Amino acid sequence: MSAPAHVDAPPAVITTTTTHGAAQRKVDPSYYWMIVPVLVLFAVFSTVPALIGGFYSFTNYAGYGDWNMVGLRNFQNIFTDPEILASYGFTFFFAIAATLAVNVVALLLALGLNAKIKWKTGIRGVFFIPMVLSGLIIAYVFNFLFSSTLPAVAETLGITPLATSILANEEWAWAAIVFVTVWQAAPGATIIYLAGLQSISTDVFEAAALDGAGPWRQVRSISLPLIVGYVLINIILGFKGYLGTYEVIVALTGGGPGTATQSVAMRIFSGFAGGDYSYQMANAVVFFIITLIISLLQLQILRRREVTL
Amino acid sequence: MTATLTDAHPQTRRPDQRDAPPTAVIRRSRRRGPRVNWWMTALLLVASLTILVPLYFTVSMALKTPEQAASGTGFAWPADPQWENFAQAFALTDYPAAFMSTAFITVLSVLGALGASSMVAYAIVRNWDRKFFRLSYIYLLSAMFVPFPVVILPLIKQTAMFGLDNPLGVAFIHIVGGISFNSLLFIAFLRSIPIELEEAARIDGASTWQTFRKVIFPLLAPMSATVGIFAFLGSWNDFLLPQMLIADPSLQTLPVVQQLFQGQFNTNYPLAFASYLMALAPTLLVYLFAQRWIMSGVMRGAVK
Repeated sequence: MSAPAHVDAPPAVITTTTTHGAAQRKVDPSYYWMIVPVLVLFAVFSTVPALIGGFYSFTNYAGYGDWNMVGLRNFQNIFTDPEILASYGFTFFFAIAATLAVNVVALLLALGLNAKIKWKTGIRGVFFIPMVLSGLIIAYVFNFLFSSTLPAVAETLGITPLATSILANEEWAWAAIVFVTVWQAAPGATIIYLAGLQSISTDVFEAAALDGAGPWRQVRSISLPLIVGYVLINIILGFKGYLGTYEVIVALTGGGPGTATQSVAMRIFSGFAGGDYSYQMANAVVFFIITLIISLLQLQILRRREVTL
Repeated sequence: MTATLTDAHPQTRRPDQRDAPPTAVIRRSRRRGPRVNWWMTALLLVASLTILVPLYFTVSMALKTPEQAASGTGFAWPADPQWENFAQAFALTDYPAAFMSTAFITVLSVLGALGASSMVAYAIVRNWDRKFFRLSYIYLLSAMFVPFPVVILPLIKQTAMFGLDNPLGVAFIHIVGGISFNSLLFIAFLRSIPIELEEAARIDGASTWQTFRKVIFPLLAPMSATVGIFAFLGSWNDFLLPQMLIADPSLQTLPVVQQLFQGQFNTNYPLAFASYLMALAPTLLVYLFAQRWIMSGVMRGAVK
């Protein structure tokens, strides 16, 4: 949950007092002291590890001991490894499903919470509780609900298909993970939609009402078109996050049954203890390239729509 | 555009618009003015059960005996609440240690996020005409495209090498990881602060540091609240970083402890749920007491 970032809009140029040619201006060294240490830390703890990891992806380093350069062998193996391909398949399927589900729920919720309802503050307060809770712990609670409570309830009601735990079902375990993800992530997306809805002037609704538009018509013809930008923001931010889903899966299925719900992130993390460090680093590089392409495509779409917030 | 929020009813103020009425409502019946939409209220109340039921369930489970937990659906409120489940879980998981470790990481992460990001944002905004600062900005932004799994394996090795395989290291990485995004929020906010305020201080002989500390940082307060809330929630509830980086199990944070003790909770579900509840309690309590404030801070982040 976070605010939209518009990468293409540089901050307004603000020069200190002088206006005769920016290049002549001497920069107060204090400004360098403000930024350089942070840049150094940033480089050491984010850029350097990325480069080191990238380097090791061309070796057969196991995480310890000696290593040799092996060229592109790791990458060749990744593209023919059924388990890795399956984890990519699951991860993308899950990210798309979660993005859809979260945004549909969040949009409905935002429209509801923005309506003229009684006890508005209290109801809002309840709906935003999941935002402050640990995803892992919530997933443990739901783990019990899915594996013990739900089957027990289904049994008393005589619904046979639900009488076994959904988490043990290879076909449907993903749905439980999506459900908990929605539970957790919908409030964040709802806030962005609420902000969008509240940025619409009431005059527009009043004009529409005078023209005889009913509530549904107003939602369809005014609210939704006017918050399309916010929908894009939510989709972009959400999708990237769901691709890296980890803790909810750990607590619900641990990647199981079998490896049915194993995400790419989980595969990569396993490289630390699994002795296939360089192999998983190559996996990470592939993951990075794919996410980068997706991010850039999404930014293109944003830019073309000229969504400004 | 910036939203300033006075209370739970956000008002969007734009220079080109007179103050909007307290809430932008989708008005229903036009002729009789706005009416309470009871139908929607009822719908939302029912929907809110999806939030409340799991929470109620957690509390009721935490107060049962293992036998009660194993029978039925688990929704019944126990007749004889087992308060000692909490004491047991408290001792078993060494709750105080986990709490302190989590709090330590959170406090450092929040302070670091506020200090580092606001400084960086200020330096960049005020020197946008210099190539070095523009490039720094692009560099920081580009990091937003690097997913965490990509750097985590080398990072584990690196933090261990520097002796940072502990809560301090986790706080460090939280700060570094949040710089891009938080700076972006601060940069957006800084652009809306008129330069004249600063110039007055400069004319009075304030240095860059003094200007930043005495003029700029206080003005950033609303955005600092937003950044602080995100940093707080992000570091308190984080599972991935502590799990990956902290080598000593006795220094683990609350979420990771829940995972570490899965084996020891075994089939004693009430004990597990008591432990979950105690781990959830701090943020839940903070939220209950500071809900308005948190909501407005978070909303501000959404309407940059």
